[in-house]
Amino acid sequence: MNINTPAIGSDSTLVKANSLSSHLTGARFMDFLFGKFILLNAILAVSTIFLIGIYIGKEAIPVFYDEETRKEASLGNLFAPQKYGTQEMPLPFVWQPVGEVPKYSVLPLFLGTLKVTIIALLFGAPLAIAAAIYTAEFAKPWVREIVKPIVELLAGIPSVVLGFLALLVLASWLQDLFGFDYRLNAVNAGIAMALAIIPIIYTVSEDALSAVPRTYREASLALGVSPSKTAWSVVLPAATPGIFAAMVLGFGRAMGETMVVLMASGNAAITSLKLSDSVRTISATIASELGEVVFQSPHYRVLFFLGAMLFVLTFLLNMLGEYFVAKLKRKLMGH
Amino acid sequence: MTLKRVVVILASMLLSWNFWVLGENKPITIKGSDTMVLLGQRWAEVYMKKNPAARIQITGGGSGTGIAALINGTTDICESSRPMKDKEKEQVKAKRNLDVKEIPVAVDGLAIYMNSVNPIRELTLDQIKGIYTGRITNWKDVGGKEGKIIAYSRENNSGTYAYFKEHVLENADFHPAIQTLPGTSAVTNAVSKDLKSIGYGGIAYAKGIHHAMVKKDASSPAVEPSMENVLSAKYPISRYLYWYMAGEPSGEAAKLVDWILGAEGQKLVREVGYYPLPKAAGSPVTTPKAAGAKKKK
Repeated sequence: MNINTPAIGSDSTLVKANSLSSHLTGARFMDFLFGKFILLNAILAVSTIFLIGIYIGKEAIPVFYDEETRKEASLGNLFAPQKYGTQEMPLPFVWQPVGEVPKYSVLPLFLGTLKVTIIALLFGAPLAIAAAIYTAEFAKPWVREIVKPIVELLAGIPSVVLGFLALLVLASWLQDLFGFDYRLNAVNAGIAMALAIIPIIYTVSEDALSAVPRTYREASLALGVSPSKTAWSVVLPAATPGIFAAMVLGFGRAMGETMVVLMASGNAAITSLKLSDSVRTISATIASELGEVVFQSPHYRVLFFLGAMLFVLTFLLNMLGEYFVAKLKRKLMGH
Repeated sequence: MTLKRVVVILASMLLSWNFWVLGENKPITIKGSDTMVLLGQRWAEVYMKKNPAARIQITGGGSGTGIAALINGTTDICESSRPMKDKEKEQVKAKRNLDVKEIPVAVDGLAIYMNSVNPIRELTLDQIKGIYTGRITNWKDVGGKEGKIIAYSRENNSGTYAYFKEHVLENADFHPAIQTLPGTSAVTNAVSKDLKSIGYGGIAYAKGIHHAMVKKDASSPAVEPSMENVLSAKYPISRYLYWYMAGEPSGEAAKLVDWILGAEGQKLVREVGYYPLPKAAGSPVTTPKAAGAKKKK
């Protein structure tokens, strides 16, 4: 086994050298294989998104030309006010796809989605951003190490659990507090939804605030500005695009959220701007109705059409969010 | 090295689990009505205790969901709280080339739930219809105290929804302000918490919650949904609960059907809170005629 004096023809050294080189090529081969495997995964993930988009589009687009669908649910039926209801009680917008005359007004659903989403944002965003400012600017490192993971853990709570909480507990509290007519309403669902979007707004804002270079703060403090004033007037403005991105992403998440609203909103498709009314959102409608719907019936098409709109909307919002994050990076890198 | 070991262990676990599952006999799957989930679970529990070899899986989702599953062949037995439409039976025939077997398994009086503080004790069918179509919005108008009526309904994949719409609303539309909740227990839960509320659903869910006596019209007597009244169809909104199967039941499923229609199965119906079939001697009842199950159309 003496490497310094290799005896030519010595069996043991030859075997050793051989096994070493074969081991090396083996490792290289594994490396190659692993690289391809990772690539395959990336392609799979991206193409899945595209395939989902194509599938939803394929099922939804016949809304515009399918004879049977056009008869029951023309674009006029979907969007324009109709003469439903009675003389004394006219109902221009009704969502009631099961019945003798199916009624497919989507306006109450859009309005409902928007109402819940905006309440969730109004309630959740200030909380999440304030918490982000606290952890990024004021908290001691060990406090930050505890608070950050805990807030992020909130994202791990299944939304059905949040919905359940809202249905049983939160709704009663809010009704006692504000005396709502409807126990389950937009406010109840919005606040429960806020819990679902706080983690995403918090995480993205916190990252944005932490990314602001130390030099900004040091310069401000050196000029004799107090730490709270520094956070408010220097760090926060510098991180604005990131915080805006956080809100846009939170908005997108809230629009698609299903289980919370299904349980906490009461699901009545009322066309009103009152926040204390019960609401029915697009996502909850799809979740509760797609299970039974007859394959490729007008109702099925309309549900897919709603899904496609939701998909496009959240897709655009996410892109907008990414755009703002990129903008923040450019800004902080010094253009 | 460690990763490899983990992979090997996981793979072997997966494999052995597969064999274990394959080794077991195929379970009977039951799917459908949320109204009947309680009943189905109770039946399955007791039946499996008596026959350890049998395996039964029960899921809810609504009668419509169960019927869709029967059409697609993803369930053995469909539970439904409304009779299957002819169109749906044709779909089973077209898709699976099997005739639908309809088995009434229990009788239910559709209860009208109200909060226990509500002083109202009786409602006419027309008043209930008025409330759900939006004609009546204040408890004052049906003889109660001043206060907005908060009405709860079910999602439209529910058999109870379909039954209610047909027999109480006489196919009129629900008012848009009527709230819909997933599942009868969600409705009873909401009603028990909401002082000014009203809801509807299976009698078995009415335990611990106030329910109204129903009058067919203003001049007829108010009727309690008791067993006697429901079975004699004095209670105006009584209905059958069904099991549907594609083709004649065979093997374990046939034994299960015989058992639930027998004395033991029907006794459990009573325990859960529904009412046993009028002639629960053991012979399967095929054509419902009593108990207000009005023939549709």
